[in-house]
Amino acid sequence: MAAEVHAAEGATGYIVHHLTSLSAGEGFWTLHLDTLFFSALLGGLFIWFFKQAAEKATADVPGLVQNFAEMMVEFVDTQVKDSFHGRSALIAPLALTIFCWVFLFNFMDLFPVDILPGIGALMGIEYLRVVPSTDLNATFAMSISVFCLIIFYSVKIKGPWGFAKELMFQPFGPWLLPFNLLLKLVEELAKPISLALRLFGNLYAGELIFILIALLPWYLQPVLSFPWAIFHLLIITLQAFIFMVLTIVYLSMAHEDH
Amino acid sequence: MSINATLIGQMITFALLVWFTMKYVWPPLFQSLEERKKKIAEGLAAAEKGQEEIELAEKRAKKVLREAKEQSADIVNLAQKRAGEIVEESKDAAKKEGERLALAARAQIDQELQQVKENLRREVSALALTAAEQILSAEIDKTKHQEILSKVSNKLG
Repeated sequence: MAAEVHAAEGATGYIVHHLTSLSAGEGFWTLHLDTLFFSALLGGLFIWFFKQAAEKATADVPGLVQNFAEMMVEFVDTQVKDSFHGRSALIAPLALTIFCWVFLFNFMDLFPVDILPGIGALMGIEYLRVVPSTDLNATFAMSISVFCLIIFYSVKIKGPWGFAKELMFQPFGPWLLPFNLLLKLVEELAKPISLALRLFGNLYAGELIFILIALLPWYLQPVLSFPWAIFHLLIITLQAFIFMVLTIVYLSMAHEDH
Repeated sequence: MSINATLIGQMITFALLVWFTMKYVWPPLFQSLEERKKKIAEGLAAAEKGQEEIELAEKRAKKVLREAKEQSADIVNLAQKRAGEIVEESKDAAKKEGERLALAARAQIDQELQQVKENLRREVSALALTAAEQILSAEIDKTKHQEILSKVSNKLG
């Protein structure tokens, strides 16, 4: 009995350890150093790769790097053109950044769960969460930024009064003003929350399953983690894609004047 | 799990990334794509134009060839006609020449015949004279019949 309890505690301890961020500071002013570090690193990777491609970009026969970068640009541009009909210098680069950054976040999930924390432990780092998108701060940072842009463009395109009118008089006309306002507020607030929670939930669950698989005997681990990793490859791309497409859709809705 | 200041840090990172992408990554890549699109379109148009020109040139070449063929046929016809004429002319000339030659030969033959006749006559007369002389010499006094003899001789001669 005692051994079992101890084992359970060990398992719980293992999971909790994996889900604890490397933190500095107190209360609200706590910083998750691992999230900040890895997201900056991955952002840097993204910027480095695309900057390199952009510097060498020619209209002649493209190289391998340029080819890939152009494929991404074309892909994102198609998505933007599909749902956004205005002209904006921001939306397409924003979508590209979101897609690549989120994909790289998620991709960290495919590293075996113990490798990076293990290396960290050797270097004296006690806790390490390597997947930034399993940190609510990272997903909310993006979705709140997008939300701010939605508000900004709504006010800019429709005017403050136009936006206020839309909030108050739609969808049921001026006689149901408080109800409209409530509905609209919920609708608007649901956007960033659903964006952030969807990504967080998917990746958190995926990571948790990897951790649980890592708790099994060694001979069972490959049998389970290999299919899950393949399935997860689909999920991480899909989540990055969904985040990007919804951002484009929300921003194009903000641009549409009723 | 809790929301804390990491959020602010992440937002700053995000804003920087988006700004950088917007400023330095998207425009050159997108521009190169557009330029290539334009280049390809131009290339296709040029290829099409070239094709058309080839067709046009082929047509022109065919026309020139046909004209040349017609011309050469004309020339051959003309040459044949001219050759026929020349043959006719030379035939005529040959005929005339032959006739002339035959005429000349005949004239010569006539002349020779005449001469032979003359000679023959002279010889015959001489012979006759000699014969007559021999016959007459026995009976006829040359001096007496001198007048007759010379008359006959004259007649024969």
